[in-house]
Amino acid sequence: MSILADEKSRICVQGITGREGMVRTRLMKDYGTLVVAGVTPGKGGGEVYGIPVFDSLQEAWEKAGPIDISVIFVPAALVKNAALEALDAGVKLLVLVPDRVPIFDVLEVSHFAKEKGARFVGPNTLGLVSPGKAVLGMIGGRAERAREWFHPGHVGVSSRSGGMTSAISYYLTEAGLGQSTIIHVGGDAVVGLSHPEIVEQFQQDDQTEMVVLFGEIGTTQEERVADLIEQGKFTKPLIAYIGGKAAKSGTRFSHAGAIVEGTRGSYDSKVKRLKDVGVHVVDSVSAIPQVALKLNKGGA
Amino acid sequence: MARLYEFQSKKLLEDAGIRVPVGDVAASPDDAFRIAEKIGKPVILKIQVWVTGRAGIGGIQFANTPDEAKLKAQQMLGIKVKNFVVEKVLVEEKLSIKSEYFVGLVIDDAQKTPVLIFSSVGGTGIEEIARTHPESVSQIPVDVVRGLKDYQARNLVQKTGISGKLLISLPAVLVKLYDVARKSDARSAEINPLVLTEDNRLYAADCHMAVDDYAVYRHPELGIDVAREFDRPPMPLEKIAYHVEEKDYRGTFYFLQMAEEISREDKFIGFNGAGGGGSMMSMDAVLNKGFKLANYCDTSGNPSASKVYRAAKIILSQPNIKGYFASGSGVASQEQYHSARGLVKAFHEEDLDIPAVIRLGGNFEEEAIMILADYLQDIPAQVEGYGRDDSPEFCANRMEELIIENESTSHKVKPMGDPVVPEGAYAFETFTGKIFFDHSRCANCESHGCVSSCKPDVLKLNEGKPVLSISEEEAKKGKCTECLACEIFCRFHEQDAITIHLPIPGLKEYRNKIRGVD
Repeated sequence: MSILADEKSRICVQGITGREGMVRTRLMKDYGTLVVAGVTPGKGGGEVYGIPVFDSLQEAWEKAGPIDISVIFVPAALVKNAALEALDAGVKLLVLVPDRVPIFDVLEVSHFAKEKGARFVGPNTLGLVSPGKAVLGMIGGRAERAREWFHPGHVGVSSRSGGMTSAISYYLTEAGLGQSTIIHVGGDAVVGLSHPEIVEQFQQDDQTEMVVLFGEIGTTQEERVADLIEQGKFTKPLIAYIGGKAAKSGTRFSHAGAIVEGTRGSYDSKVKRLKDVGVHVVDSVSAIPQVALKLNKGGA
Repeated sequence: MARLYEFQSKKLLEDAGIRVPVGDVAASPDDAFRIAEKIGKPVILKIQVWVTGRAGIGGIQFANTPDEAKLKAQQMLGIKVKNFVVEKVLVEEKLSIKSEYFVGLVIDDAQKTPVLIFSSVGGTGIEEIARTHPESVSQIPVDVVRGLKDYQARNLVQKTGISGKLLISLPAVLVKLYDVARKSDARSAEINPLVLTEDNRLYAADCHMAVDDYAVYRHPELGIDVAREFDRPPMPLEKIAYHVEEKDYRGTFYFLQMAEEISREDKFIGFNGAGGGGSMMSMDAVLNKGFKLANYCDTSGNPSASKVYRAAKIILSQPNIKGYFASGSGVASQEQYHSARGLVKAFHEEDLDIPAVIRLGGNFEEEAIMILADYLQDIPAQVEGYGRDDSPEFCANRMEELIIENESTSHKVKPMGDPVVPEGAYAFETFTGKIFFDHSRCANCESHGCVSSCKPDVLKLNEGKPVLSISEEEAKKGKCTECLACEIFCRFHEQDAITIHLPIPGLKEYRNKIRGVD
């Protein structure tokens, strides 16, 4: 298995006729992802790379059949609406690719997703790849590159940086370690599925034997992963790198933030929490494949 | 987050029906006099800067008379606090304080909701109070669709032990604060202290708000110039960079100056990252080598070559840097030849005088590295291109070695001339610039490589001369992607007949200023 998406997942692309939508639809389709429909209001009846375009998600669902996942490539200001449309139509997983989505829009999407029992990745995400099965979003840029860089295997990768999602996975491939699913959870302060939710998915996944985490300063995601390990809810080997050691820790402007988060969020807090619960925290990204190989030999 | 000044935040509160002290903002001692005179009672003067702990540095003063207010304002205006020069002082009526409270709103990434916090003890040291007296602090996640209801605010306040009339007046302030924060797309908002005066009125005595950068476009009324997370007002070069980003939606360009002054003695480098995580990792690598960063810059998300060109020109407007270091994740999904061409054009124009290490790993990295190698041979500086299999640590090492080899070098900012445009040239406008073709030179051209290298295929030959194959309007709308391939090809393989002018408003004047020429 893999998590979130495989070769059987039925995909819709919202904003399929736009600049990014078109190029990335080609990537997904060429890779073998089952893209069954596209949506752009006003452009219904057309086609993009042989994929039928509909005016609404509702219509796409009725005419092209059930949709498991919608990948959204509309301008940031329209993301909330597109996401709500997909949720209302019954889609249970969304991938919000655009950058610069207002945070209150994200909170609203999160609210309605919860109501509908749905989940979302992003915003500000390159997407995810289940190697050999499906690409959602734009990781790899082109299908031949995605095939070359990411090989099927047993390591799950979860990263808060898009570029590093690819980089870590590529270095793992080079070391002979394939991946179950690699995911860019998104670069924003609030994202749908964050590190802790992803590692819980990896825990349930038979194919995943160990997980690599690329964390960053800010938010409480990495600390919450440590909480899960402490509670026995994540038990597989975990390798983590935390970026931003060098970033100057500016004086905190918001007292309220300090009250809610306490000291969570800083580089030292994340590293300490993760180390305390037995995570292999590495100082450089190039150490990741070495540690992964050792853990692999150790029967991980 | 785009921060608002205290006086701006208070205006929003006042509009929302929260009482604030009578007062106004002064930009001169005379202003302060007039405001104090109008208030007609003792006043408090507060410097308007984005730092906490103003009282400890003399940033908060009291005055009993207008004359005294003028004198105090004179002392306060113009002083330097961290990276701030104080330009404005808020002059307000002095309150007679009976008690102080705290109200704050933040967005919690774990619950994915706004969280409202109330403390029955406010004022300085609120974080300490929260730790030592948890019973005086309560918080509640707010349903982002329903909003904060009166009874919820009341329950929140009641939990901290408050009763009586204050159980009506305090929650009302909480609801109004939530509403104004929501309406303004604030990522954080707090009133500290919320003051109860001797005559039993509630005043927002101090307020901080920060607006979501991504939502600033919905709020022209806030007059936010640069929607970026700064802990100080943006510097002139940062403003120039921000306006480049604002005018070109293709990819991301983020530029932040890290040093106030770049001394020749220190090991400063110009930094050009790509992608948040890759940039952080690359920064860690150069900082571990003992370098200092003159700036942080991110060009990612598939930027146009013209955008990367402008970023390089801005980075190279910083005097005394010893090297140019570019590095991202190493396995970028974006097509890297665009970045390579942008750098080639910039480095040539600058006649680059400091070594550069450019790590362009990712899609089409081989082509990108070749572009750097082929077209940067005839500049004074050494430029090395690397790909995904060369680690940031290795590249940081190369940077150090190259700088040692060029010990005496430190960057001199060059004046910017206006582009030399041949008379009668064939020209058309692009999304952010203009292209000129000197057709008189095309007679000697054999390859017509400008047409064949044009990725978006917008050029064709007309009697042996390149012209647009689409309408001028389409070219300007962005069909010509400003990939710079035609100009570079023509310059190095043919007649050097093409000039692409990509203006950067304000940069010429900025350079003249720092070079001491007016």
